[in-house]
Amino acid sequence: MLTRIQKEAQPESLLINMGPSHPAMHGTIRIMLELDGEVVRNSEVEVGYLHRGFEKICENKTYFSLLPYTDRLNYVSPLINNLGYVMTMEKMLGIEVPERAQYIRVIMSEMSRVSDHLTALAAMTMECGAFTVFLYYIKAREEIWNFIEQTAGARMTTSYIRIGGVKTDIHPDFEPLMEKAIVMTRDVLKDVSGLLDKNKIWIDRTRDVAVASPETAINYGFTGPCLRASGVSYDVRKAHPYLVYDQLNWEVPLGEKGDNYDRYLVRMKEMEQSLRIIEQAAAKMPKATSSADLIAKGMEPAEAIKTSRSQKVDAAIQLSPNLEGSEKRSYPDIVSGKYSVPPKEDTYTNIEGLINHFKFFMRGHGIRPPKGEVYFSVEGGNGELGYYIVSDGTDKPYRLHLRAPCFHIVSALEELIQGHYIADIIPTFGSTNMIGGELDR
Amino acid sequence: MENKEIIESLQRKFSASILDVSAQFGDDTLLIDKAALLDLVQFLKAKPYEFSMLLDLTCVDYPDKDDRFEMVYHFLSLSQNLRIRVKAGVSETDLTIDSLAGIWKNANWLEREIFDMFGISFNNHPDMRRLFMYAGFEGHPLRKDYPLRKQQPCIPLRNSDVD
Repeated sequence: MLTRIQKEAQPESLLINMGPSHPAMHGTIRIMLELDGEVVRNSEVEVGYLHRGFEKICENKTYFSLLPYTDRLNYVSPLINNLGYVMTMEKMLGIEVPERAQYIRVIMSEMSRVSDHLTALAAMTMECGAFTVFLYYIKAREEIWNFIEQTAGARMTTSYIRIGGVKTDIHPDFEPLMEKAIVMTRDVLKDVSGLLDKNKIWIDRTRDVAVASPETAINYGFTGPCLRASGVSYDVRKAHPYLVYDQLNWEVPLGEKGDNYDRYLVRMKEMEQSLRIIEQAAAKMPKATSSADLIAKGMEPAEAIKTSRSQKVDAAIQLSPNLEGSEKRSYPDIVSGKYSVPPKEDTYTNIEGLINHFKFFMRGHGIRPPKGEVYFSVEGGNGELGYYIVSDGTDKPYRLHLRAPCFHIVSALEELIQGHYIADIIPTFGSTNMIGGELDR
Repeated sequence: MENKEIIESLQRKFSASILDVSAQFGDDTLLIDKAALLDLVQFLKAKPYEFSMLLDLTCVDYPDKDDRFEMVYHFLSLSQNLRIRVKAGVSETDLTIDSLAGIWKNANWLEREIFDMFGISFNNHPDMRRLFMYAGFEGHPLRKDYPLRKQQPCIPLRNSDVD
């Protein structure tokens, strides 16, 4: 069986295969190239090596239990994936999220965006030989992940943002780590700007390479930094504001030409803006009503369970604030509605709590949105991350479809690399920030 | 400008082809006859509405309905800052619909994905092949009658010398 490129290729040109397991390919994707010397005459991109049937799996999972699968879509900014899914469900269920939870969500998703951009640029710069820059970026990302880990309990697969709010309140001592992450990222951005922005080698490698004109970008459905690099001002956070983004002060950076250099520059500028958002959100975040006693003082968990066998337990139970349901009193600040997991201290110690827990997880119960279909999107690391959910009134989605931003961008790769050198393929590919989990689903 | 105005003008122009208009959860939705798809999207893409971006294209399988498959298109207008959803039914006896690949380039891959997952073929598509699955794959995974844990038969090892 012949591939398209084999049929179209001219007899004198060289056909070469890049990937799917190429050391420079981040993610498994195959690019078949038709070369004239070192210049790419034509190419064909083959995807699907990471297809895990996300949409099919979701049809067979309950609305609550499919949340961890969304982490694994864009695994460098999992919190934004959680947010997109959760906000789609909230649109369907008509839930208003408490204000404090909205600010926590903003902080978390902006942190994710910074880590997404850092990863994308780290890979892109490394492939042009700037290994120092790669290490700088990863150093900053480490601090961001430390901050996320402190609150969410995990670095990558967080499942932290939940329907109705967030899993737990933000850690009481979050500020030092947040400050450290912001300072580190600012330092790195400054250093990298100094190293690359006016670097002759970097500019020669990226200026006027893989240019996407505004018309091309729109026609291919580009969103996010790649669209803005082409000079089109479209950001879901500004165009269709969600959470509290419209109450914060920030700008949408734009590029001029839409080449690799602009895609680099837009991401750099966007990180600055994200840090601004985080600082403002942290300052404006309403205080928790019971922040002073976030860490529960009371009975030992083992003692409480022992007591519950003979009598009802009324006292608070001592658990870490990062365990689900540890602090019932702080719940109204961060979760609303009946769509969150009942507090564990109730489940283990009294019969009403146990029934609530059982009803939440039992098949056919739990979260059952009204019949209908809904589309909602948030601004992901790569662009507009949209979820389209069809509900038939049961506890499982009838159909769940993800609008993956990098799908549309990678589909333009063939056109972007045409006429450029082989050496330009990998930086171009890096600038599209292809994420296998999101592209192949 | 609001979606209401656009829908009204669409209803005037394509009165015979628009089967239903709804706005559940605030998402404006048009259900149209698939024969009018190309004319309608070109009207949407042109001025003054300028739905210049094909945000998303997908399909839903309803085995019990007359039109078993429902194509779902989401369009975005950057100048008006509006989104609109257009749906068109595709019956099992005639599994074809016009391709949008000539108007939006990202429709090329999106339609290949639908062809792969649902088995709907698109008229005038430049390259109608599976996108995610391999060439010897049997069946269409996202159809409701495809079992979750179905095993695929082994295919012969692909060898470039034999090809």
